[in-house]
Amino acid sequence: MDALDVARWQFGVTTVYHFLFVPLTIGLSVLVAILQTMWHRTGNERYLKLTKFYGKLFLINFAMGVVTGIVQEFQFGMNWSDYSRFVGDIFGAPLAIEALVAFFLESTFIGLWIFGWDRLPKRAHLASIWAAAIGTNLSAYFILAANSFMQNPVGFRINPDSGRAELTDFPAVLTNKVALITFPHTLAGSFLVAGSLVVAVGLYHVIRNRDSADTGAYRFATKFGSWVVLVASAAVLFTGDIQGKIMTDVQPMKMAAAEGLYTTESPASFSVLTIGSLDGSREVFALKIPYLLSYLGTGDPNGTVHGINDLQAQYATQYGAGSYTPIIPVTYWSFRFMIAFGMAAAAIALLVLWSQRKGRTPSSKWLLRAGLAMPVLPLLANSFGWIFTEMGRQPWIVFGEMLTRNGVSRSVSLAEVLTSFTAFTLIYATLAVIEVKLLLRYARAGVPDVSEEHPIDDTHDDAERPLAFAY
Amino acid sequence: MDLTTIWFLLVAVLFTGYFILEGFDFGVGMLLPVLGRDDRERRVLINTIGPVWDGNEVWLITAGGAMFAAFPEWYATLFSGFYLPLLLILLALIARGVAFEYRHKRPEASWKRRWDTAIVIGSLVPAILWGVAFANILRGVPLDADHEYVGGLLDLLNPYALLGGATTLALFLTHGAVFLALKTTGDIRERAGALAVRLGAGAAVLAVGFLVWTLSIRSSAAAVVLAVGAALALLGALAAARVRREGWAFTGTAVAIGLAVATLFAALFPNVMPSTLDAAGTLTTTNAASTPYTLKIMTWVAVIFTPIVLAYQGWTYWVFRKRIGVANIPQH
Repeated sequence: MDALDVARWQFGVTTVYHFLFVPLTIGLSVLVAILQTMWHRTGNERYLKLTKFYGKLFLINFAMGVVTGIVQEFQFGMNWSDYSRFVGDIFGAPLAIEALVAFFLESTFIGLWIFGWDRLPKRAHLASIWAAAIGTNLSAYFILAANSFMQNPVGFRINPDSGRAELTDFPAVLTNKVALITFPHTLAGSFLVAGSLVVAVGLYHVIRNRDSADTGAYRFATKFGSWVVLVASAAVLFTGDIQGKIMTDVQPMKMAAAEGLYTTESPASFSVLTIGSLDGSREVFALKIPYLLSYLGTGDPNGTVHGINDLQAQYATQYGAGSYTPIIPVTYWSFRFMIAFGMAAAAIALLVLWSQRKGRTPSSKWLLRAGLAMPVLPLLANSFGWIFTEMGRQPWIVFGEMLTRNGVSRSVSLAEVLTSFTAFTLIYATLAVIEVKLLLRYARAGVPDVSEEHPIDDTHDDAERPLAFAY
Repeated sequence: MDLTTIWFLLVAVLFTGYFILEGFDFGVGMLLPVLGRDDRERRVLINTIGPVWDGNEVWLITAGGAMFAAFPEWYATLFSGFYLPLLLILLALIARGVAFEYRHKRPEASWKRRWDTAIVIGSLVPAILWGVAFANILRGVPLDADHEYVGGLLDLLNPYALLGGATTLALFLTHGAVFLALKTTGDIRERAGALAVRLGAGAAVLAVGFLVWTLSIRSSAAAVVLAVGAALALLGALAAARVRREGWAFTGTAVAIGLAVATLFAALFPNVMPSTLDAAGTLTTTNAASTPYTLKIMTWVAVIFTPIVLAYQGWTYWVFRKRIGVANIPQH
């Protein structure tokens, strides 16, 4: 074990952890904004109740996304300073723009929304949640543009004197084809999580509190959430398909690693499940769909998909001796788990919709269990998706330009990075337990009573009046 | 003015904004057990910064991002070199941010007490360590010819840096007390006003000592003028606090903190991280900077978006301009 290993583990743990909260923030901010807009348009109290109810769950989650996000920005400099020196000219710009353009918008308007119920005119208050939602979604674009540079570096040159990457074409960085497709794929994946949460919580109350006065609101929420999940999963599939073709083009090794495809094939079949030896020399069991991988990778059922062995040989000639192959079991399984968990959530959403057809009220215990599992499934899909895309890039930190092992901080000792890894793991684990318990508590509590709303009243002295919301 | 100088100024402005804004957040957090005698009073204190603390913290994220984009070498050397202090700051900011949001989520006294501790420690640690870190940047740290930090943790704990930490601690405490006197009503307002006067006297002594020591390490005409301005603003704040002119007192501490941070940056220029070893290790606005192309793009982004951000953040403060007191705190 050396500082490099620990720094990599820390990046993996803190990033996957951060991205447990981000999808919910991205998706739920928009869904809550839609619910509040519906209340605004119809005046129906049901939508106000749902806005406040899901808004609370959103905020419990939001806080975690914010605080774990600061770590991400600092971590590049702390653990990966040679990487930061190498790409700073390019990579720093989207990060700075993300903060200036997106984070300020998000954080300021979230504050206005949380505390502004009795301080802002209704329209301005509604605009606040939309501004926060736009800020959140916008932030995803910039950070994905930065990440896409690591997958498919564009718009730069290597300065021959300093050996560093220098920006030559910023629009090219922002319109990197990997970024353009990863952004909608990530957003769709986020809405899959947010829709699933809306369904799970709604379904719990539909089945458990059958005679509640708010059953109508919960029924609406489960249907609304289910449709979000279905549309999002269709978008995930559609964007994922395009992403696969781009990946085959710019990172062929990652595609081969996703499939455990050792030898070049044309046409190539898609492996649903293969169990064999790690080096691909022996297959024990294989379930394959002919032509499918060729089609996914190239759009042509007879297209050529390059195998790991050929690519490894090609890279060794191109970049010098060494291994350019990711850890195949990790990429192979994470790719499959991503797809399976994501699609499982969509299947349950279909069941939930079916169970409520023509005004029926579901009561099945099994449906409830499946519904409660829903938010976890797309979260796992998101995590495995990131594990796949980052592990599939290895051994590169910037594909074709810098190896991960050359990006680590030289001045940071093993003891230091071990201290930091341990501290983050401990505090994150503690906070995870607290956060989940709070979410469950507030999800169980159900929609709030909104009969005592606080209208804006500037004409009277309000020195004695309680705030509509206070920490 | 060339682009590297503009970006040095912008990074300085972002950190100055951060310390002015989150300075009073930290102060309020640290004063929680001092000025909040019971749960309702503590909730008054927390709610004075409730709607704004998150937006204030984004100044740090933007300052870090701007440093990364405009001076990647500075960002890389500073963040890897000051590893453990920054780790502690991160852990503190995590605990504190979650605490604001979660504290009121359960009614049990033990639950609230734990989050109160997180708020106090989470505010205290960065209030001290930011001072230590910036004092060390100014004083210079051991950097080799590759700009890599070669010192240890103990190199960062020198007397000058510790005085820097004590100074930011005292300034933020005063700033927080003055802010609370401005934003609360009744008994809390009285106590905060009285405490601000006592804290302010201590902060003035520390700040003057720290600034004089700073100028003896490295100095420029601009730095001297700014330091004198910082000291005068602090004395003005103290005088205003004494006669309970709360708006002026807050303006005074805000200007004092702003000018004190500006003094450090002015004294530093054109270096950004001087080395105490090899002169070749010193990072300057030139050898730490990004290419002119990157700086030009970032300048456009900053010119367009900074005024927009300032406008809506300013508007937020106006929306929440009302003082709050114990009577305004709802039961739940």
